[in-house]
Amino acid sequence: MLTQALFRALDTKAWWLIGILIAAAILVPASNLLLSPGQFGYVPTYLVSLFGKYLSYAMLALALDLVWGYCGILSLGHGAFFALGGYGMGMYLMRQIGPRGVYGNPVLPDFMVFLNYKELPWYWLGFDNFWFAMLMVILVPGILAFIFGFLAFRSRVTGVYLSIITQAMTFALLLAFFRNDMGFGGNNGLTDFKDILGQPIAAQTTRASLFAATAIALALSIFVCSMIVNSKLGKVMVAIRDAESRTRFLGYRVEYVKLFAFTASAIMAGIAGALYVPQVGIINPSEFEPSNSIEVVIWTAVGGRGTIIGPIIGAILVNMGKSYFTSALPEFWLFALGALFVFVTLFMPKGIVGLIGQWRTMTTKREQAPPNAALQPSSPETSQAAERGEDPSTMLVEPKPAE
Amino acid sequence: MSVKRLSATLLALLMLLIGIVPSLAQPSDAELTTLIDALAPGSYSDREAAIAALVATGDTRVSPILNTLSEGNLYVVESTGRVVYVERQGDNYATTDPLTGADLGEVGRRDAEKVRVNNNLRRVIRSAIGQMTLLSDNPATRRAATQSIMRDADPVNLPLLDEALAAETDPGIKTLMQTARAFIVLQDPAASIEEREAAAPVVAKSGDSSAITVLRGALANAPDALKADIQASLDGLSRDAAAWGAVQNVWYGISLGSVLLLAAIGLAITFGVMGVINMAHGEMVMLGAYTTFMTQALIRQYAPGLAEYSLAVALPAAFLFTALVGIAIERGVIRWLYGRPLETLLATWGISLILQQSVRTIFGPTNQMVSNPSWMSGSVAFYGLSITWNRFWIVMFAIAVFLMLLMILNRTPLGLQMRAVTQNRRMASAMGIRTPMVDALTFGLGSGIAGLAGVALSQIDNVSPNLGQGYIIDSFMVVVFGGVGNLWGTLVGALTLGVANKFLEPYAGAVLGKILILVMIILFIQRRPRGLFALKGRAIEQ
Repeated sequence: MLTQALFRALDTKAWWLIGILIAAAILVPASNLLLSPGQFGYVPTYLVSLFGKYLSYAMLALALDLVWGYCGILSLGHGAFFALGGYGMGMYLMRQIGPRGVYGNPVLPDFMVFLNYKELPWYWLGFDNFWFAMLMVILVPGILAFIFGFLAFRSRVTGVYLSIITQAMTFALLLAFFRNDMGFGGNNGLTDFKDILGQPIAAQTTRASLFAATAIALALSIFVCSMIVNSKLGKVMVAIRDAESRTRFLGYRVEYVKLFAFTASAIMAGIAGALYVPQVGIINPSEFEPSNSIEVVIWTAVGGRGTIIGPIIGAILVNMGKSYFTSALPEFWLFALGALFVFVTLFMPKGIVGLIGQWRTMTTKREQAPPNAALQPSSPETSQAAERGEDPSTMLVEPKPAE
Repeated sequence: MSVKRLSATLLALLMLLIGIVPSLAQPSDAELTTLIDALAPGSYSDREAAIAALVATGDTRVSPILNTLSEGNLYVVESTGRVVYVERQGDNYATTDPLTGADLGEVGRRDAEKVRVNNNLRRVIRSAIGQMTLLSDNPATRRAATQSIMRDADPVNLPLLDEALAAETDPGIKTLMQTARAFIVLQDPAASIEEREAAAPVVAKSGDSSAITVLRGALANAPDALKADIQASLDGLSRDAAAWGAVQNVWYGISLGSVLLLAAIGLAITFGVMGVINMAHGEMVMLGAYTTFMTQALIRQYAPGLAEYSLAVALPAAFLFTALVGIAIERGVIRWLYGRPLETLLATWGISLILQQSVRTIFGPTNQMVSNPSWMSGSVAFYGLSITWNRFWIVMFAIAVFLMLLMILNRTPLGLQMRAVTQNRRMASAMGIRTPMVDALTFGLGSGIAGLAGVALSQIDNVSPNLGQGYIIDSFMVVVFGGVGNLWGTLVGALTLGVANKFLEPYAGAVLGKILILVMIILFIQRRPRGLFALKGRAIEQ
């Protein structure tokens, strides 16, 4: 069963990707720890952390791609799952500070002492145990996504409506986490971490190990996603993306397939968040900002949705650009990001991966269909056809009379 | 009560009684000045006597001087012994005669000294001013004096109040004085049980905002014989207060709802009628607010006389500007994305980022000052309900915009064409309607309405580049909740959400209330996936 899944699931591309990531997980920390600065091939520590951050972003983008690229659910709430996972990890790290905080209270984190808490709130119990914290990192986003998805998909909230409601969910969580009396550190969030699993969090070895862990986690996510999308279930997901009503008429339980994709994706996003927090050293409510979630969408779109490699390329490229421009030309970055949204939706519906595919067909002069058939009509005539409502799969939301 | 104070008050009263006699000659200014100068020397008790003497003159010009004294801003020039008002002039004080306002020249800051007051003196001054004004000829002054005595609730003033009651002719003020008397009696531990028993219902009926507090205080230190009576009055009051509180809440809800309606009604057109999801809608509102700011700045510079009417100029300007921006967006970006709502969402989000950053680059990230015209400031109280004018006008404006839009959609050729295109695009096209133009105009209309909303919101919210972000999610919620493609749904949705929000706030707090509302909407969509006013038929199925 498993071997079958393995051989059917992973095409060569996915194997390559996983191989590269595992190589990186070994080589980058090794070069950082074993070589000294100035030697050829040495990777400075700050770069290790930075790329660790990018890889956790890539994992988040991959999670979003699983629901958006393969199942047609544009979730604007994945930043929330990411942040919830991050808070789970942050709570564990807060408990690891112990009596080394400013107020020196062995049990209560600083902000609780400051707000006159007498004891730990019940939902903080158990977070001093790493495995319990990791279980929560998986369960909390998973359960939230399950409940939310169950309600939304059951009532057939689709398309744009679903996007808006997921955005509203993120917004509600943002408001909630900003409150001081929620017990999550209010608008300062959780920070000042000292140890992770007994290792000092700022040490070079810890940073290198975190990078390795993130790379391995991303490789695992690729493996899982690849397995899902190449299975029969994955085929049904793509069918739902392209024509939901038809899939339903064929007798598939569309709600359950969507619910599975949404929950799995949320769990993946949560794990990405948990890997992100120790590498940046802080988690605060601004991670819940709706704009963050929508930025993840653009990473995925830039790389190419509906592919495994696309969101990873997109996340790394866009974030490299962001790191560069926010320091070099801070004003320019938001213009660039806005323009990116417009440009990609208008001219690059299949992202960078799609461009490479097009370039290949042009150079080889072969009429081969790109690996993933067009998600949306992009040429003028097909979009006009869609506008006329001739292709049920891309049928225009028939507008209604205004009274 | 100290003997000293009692004697001083009695003295004052005595003098007052003499003073009431109209035939008494008014003291001359010179005599008054002497009396005023007597405020400075000696101890606090001497000062008390001097105040009493001043009050006894019954001259109305005395009260502002005493006020200044109680604020501690009355000075005495040491060399001359004159009591004066001072004003800083560099290192010196410019002194003026407190009675006539005549200039008395400059003195060094070392040469003038504050006339000192303590709390006891302040109390004496308050009641003295109360006395002077309770018997003044001007009804407004008498009313204000009664109110201040009522707030002080010092039993010392009782005889004085009775005096004034006997002389009072105006029924309204007489009632107020009786209420004030009841307030004082109720809080006076020395008053008899019967007196206080009679006072409690009067206090409860007064409708004064502090009545509840006063009754509660009285309840806490009342003898047992009184407790039941006061409790009964208090219960009656609490019921009234709860009822008015509910009315007030409904008003707040309507006011919030009309803000939501303004923000969402443009969306009801672009999203509801055209099926275009415009994430830059909030930025249109923001542009409208900035247009208001620019209009006011220009008017201040070129026609300061028109400042009161700047909003009248800003409305059409904002409408036109945002409508043009909207048309540009529709023709430039959205028209390539019809039938692909998710892509439209992303592209318009990009546009919203660009617009925000442009405004930030041009005007800076800080809040801009937008002034309110005078007819929009202040508030009016109506029994237990207080209505601020700016909120009131915004409610009116929202209604006006709503009706105007209904008219446009149902009574104009453009509205007819819009409805035709949305119902059946190809048929409309075949009938000779230029569908692309109708698309652009519809989008322009929706954006223009958002600009109008921005003008209104600039009056009650901070005008900053992030103004729109705060409304976009709420607006979408309103449209989703109310049902798509239906203005009435938007109206009902906005008002329902506004009122529900305000009713949840006291129990759950503002943030939790908002979260509850979001959860409720999600659950509501379970029951009615297409909102309150859903349209039926096959056309809706995607």
